[in-house]
Amino acid sequence: MADQTLPIPGTLEEAHRPARMLEWLHSWVVTVDHKKLGILYIVYSIFFLLVAGAEAMAIRIQLAIPHNHFVSPELYNELFTMHGTTMVFLVGMPILFGFANYLVPLMIGARDMAFPRLNAFSFWLTAFGGLMLYFSFIGGFGSYGMGNAPDVGWFAYAPLTAKAFSPGHSTDYWALSLIVSGFGTLGTAINIIATALCMRCKGMTLMRMPLFVWLLTVVSAMTLVTITPLTAAQVMLLIDRYLGGHFFDAQAGGSPIVWLHFFWIFGHPEVYVLVLPAFAIANEIIPVFSRKAIFGYPAMVAASVGIGFVSLTVWAHHMFTVGMTAVSNSFFVLSTMLVGIPTGIKIFNWLATLWGGKIRFATPMLFAVGFLFQFLIAGLTGIMLSVAPWDWQLHNSYFVIAHFHYVLVGAIVFCIFAAIYFWYPKATGRMMSETLGKWHFWIFLIGFHITFDTMHFLGILGMPRSIFTYEPDRGWNTLNMIISLGGFVQAIGVLIFAWNLIYSYFKGKEAGNDPWDAWTLEWSTPSPPPAYNFAVDPVVRSRRPLWDIKHPQDPDWKYER
Amino acid sequence: MSMRQRRTPFSNLFCPTLIFGLCLSAASAFADGPQAVPSILAPASTPAYEIFGLSLFVLLITGTIFVTVGGLLAYALIKFRARGDDDMRQEPAQVYGSVQVELAWTVIPVLIVVVLFLTTARIIFAVQDAPKPKSALDVTVIGHQFWWEFRYPTLGIVTANELHIPVSSKWHPAPTYLKLLSADVDHSFWVPQLGGKTDLIPNHPNEMWLDPQSPGLYLGQCAQFCGVEHAKMLIRVYVDTPEQFEAWARNQQKPGVQDEAVAAGRQIFDTEACMNCHTVSGTVARGTFGPDLTHLMSRATIASGAVENTPDNLRAWIKDPDQFKPGALMPAMQLSDQQIDQLVAYLTTLH
Repeated sequence: MADQTLPIPGTLEEAHRPARMLEWLHSWVVTVDHKKLGILYIVYSIFFLLVAGAEAMAIRIQLAIPHNHFVSPELYNELFTMHGTTMVFLVGMPILFGFANYLVPLMIGARDMAFPRLNAFSFWLTAFGGLMLYFSFIGGFGSYGMGNAPDVGWFAYAPLTAKAFSPGHSTDYWALSLIVSGFGTLGTAINIIATALCMRCKGMTLMRMPLFVWLLTVVSAMTLVTITPLTAAQVMLLIDRYLGGHFFDAQAGGSPIVWLHFFWIFGHPEVYVLVLPAFAIANEIIPVFSRKAIFGYPAMVAASVGIGFVSLTVWAHHMFTVGMTAVSNSFFVLSTMLVGIPTGIKIFNWLATLWGGKIRFATPMLFAVGFLFQFLIAGLTGIMLSVAPWDWQLHNSYFVIAHFHYVLVGAIVFCIFAAIYFWYPKATGRMMSETLGKWHFWIFLIGFHITFDTMHFLGILGMPRSIFTYEPDRGWNTLNMIISLGGFVQAIGVLIFAWNLIYSYFKGKEAGNDPWDAWTLEWSTPSPPPAYNFAVDPVVRSRRPLWDIKHPQDPDWKYER
Repeated sequence: MSMRQRRTPFSNLFCPTLIFGLCLSAASAFADGPQAVPSILAPASTPAYEIFGLSLFVLLITGTIFVTVGGLLAYALIKFRARGDDDMRQEPAQVYGSVQVELAWTVIPVLIVVVLFLTTARIIFAVQDAPKPKSALDVTVIGHQFWWEFRYPTLGIVTANELHIPVSSKWHPAPTYLKLLSADVDHSFWVPQLGGKTDLIPNHPNEMWLDPQSPGLYLGQCAQFCGVEHAKMLIRVYVDTPEQFEAWARNQQKPGVQDEAVAAGRQIFDTEACMNCHTVSGTVARGTFGPDLTHLMSRATIASGAVENTPDNLRAWIKDPDQFKPGALMPAMQLSDQQIDQLVAYLTTLH
């Protein structure tokens, strides 16, 4: 402190120091700026990603060898319940809404979301919902008289959730925190729809909106439809548990099947709620790194809206083993297979976008390419599972676990990583390290395939999900060990990523406004964008306003359909 | 191969698709009978055969899609990668779309879906709505936390955890029809070699059928998370020859053995809480909350397959059930060592 001129304790300078820190924190707590809220969402999700990842590691240690005693059966059940619940509700949804929050106003040339205060309110509801869920580890009262987290599976099938089978409060924590974070989700969904519909800058018609914004709008509309039955089911569950209701109580005329319908009419569209934003990210990244406009923009919009509608009709493919009639089973086979058509169109359009391009393999593109292959495989195993008789074998086996991790990790997490590498320079003004990024990509990719490719075989060999241990004579030992090792390889990749996030924030290369030579409006602002984004409201004439500026002789609006 | 096997509509596709199946089966062979690995690739009963045939057909189609699309993707990525000597300021030609091309690649998936749907629907109806022959055996399966109860209403037999059914063949079809019920929460009955799984749901009776073609022991387990000890809710299906099955049934129909040498043990069983939950037919013990113990020693395992049925394991189990199965609903009865010895002596006479 060479420049310290007043070495007397208690002077202004000293007194200011904690106050500045407080002010900084205060500015994040009271903010209604969509960019700050977006970053809050993303940081919150990355934190829970690490937590739920640690839970997954504990699960994999337990399963590495048969008859292992690393965790008790009770703790194991809590771990897989919390891993699933966290990844879906506290990682998947918030991080995608974080990107939506940050990017939608920037991409459509708006100065903020339509309802900034609702935006802040929604974030804090989601945040406290998550904290309440985790408080159950210390505040819950379970059957063993100590802190107890939910242990009924993330699907929480009735009647296992009834008071008789789940005494204590762990299930209440699960239901209540999902209701709370669900309200937050609804608020954000309303906000995104209102923003996309009402806040677009001059010249940006709906058919000139970036695909990212289109897909997030579809997702938000789906969220409004699907979170509602989940919340209703949670309320019914709590009425059953505390007010003498019998919605799911078979002994008093209720039906556990009702829970299944309510849960899966939420649960399946939820998969698309998570995967459409991943498509949205791929739709922005693949064209930029192929140096080409997205192929078949109108078809991409139509396919996304189509997926949104069809996905609302497929829920009972989670219930092929519940004992529906052959006609009902056939109906849900057909509706599920139909989703494959718009999804196939998307993959073909991405392929056509790559075709004839000049593909640059920067880290965001590497992750997007990983996404393309893994999503192709996930889609095909999805077709296998939609074949009801085969599903009678594969349902609730490790094949299903492999399939949905291919979707959730292989597609969604890969796209989230791609998005972070892609937009980090915009949000922080600094590039992430390419060297660390490539290490992260390759290690994570290898770990991913060791773990989740192997899991398919385990399911085919008859290993069911949700089991805390298995018999040593079933031929599952080696495969389980391989899967666990792959899990640790992935963990190393994620740690490199976390280090890259921190390191690049301080030491990263200066990014400038437009480091990727991209075409949407967010890249026309400084990095990071100033408060209220645009000093002058932009005017656009095509889907790629920055292309038009960069190529005045050959602008998009001359060719777009 | 029996006729039942050959009836599957996909048997003519076996050869070209066998290679896919072989690639998939990491540890299993196409065994013609029971095997230690409960693989769905080693079907031993008609529903499992039908599913296996269908699965190879679906695998062929999805495999072709993967090779085609994945190959095109890989080709595009390599062919159109930016090279070092490219002038990156020179953008490639911009293509915005093509109605003809897009129409073509919409129609192809539609056709694939039609084919897949029709073949799938055919197998759904073939398995689910198969007519029940008169010679079928009825068994009621009741799922409990965390064990299986098997009732044979036509034979008057009640047993637990180890299901005995007769072998079936083309000449003597003897399929077993399982009626699936639950006493508490949802469970799911899954023996991969014998067929797909079906859930046991309270107040929602389900049905499934099996017709195993070769005798032996088939393994499976509960496939719907049902609570703490879901992992130790194992299933053992003994497929017996007709003679074995008849002998087994005759023994099961007898009341419990009354051996005066172990009267002290029986006295404990009938006066302590044991009888509240367990039945030994022919005695006052008529509890139904736990497994029927009338012929306990005819079973190879206890605790729903968790451990072998030996006197030592029985003793340990009675002393502290949590030792094998923490969370099992049987309480530790706080009996003295002498009482446990007498009790085990009694139980081991229940053949």
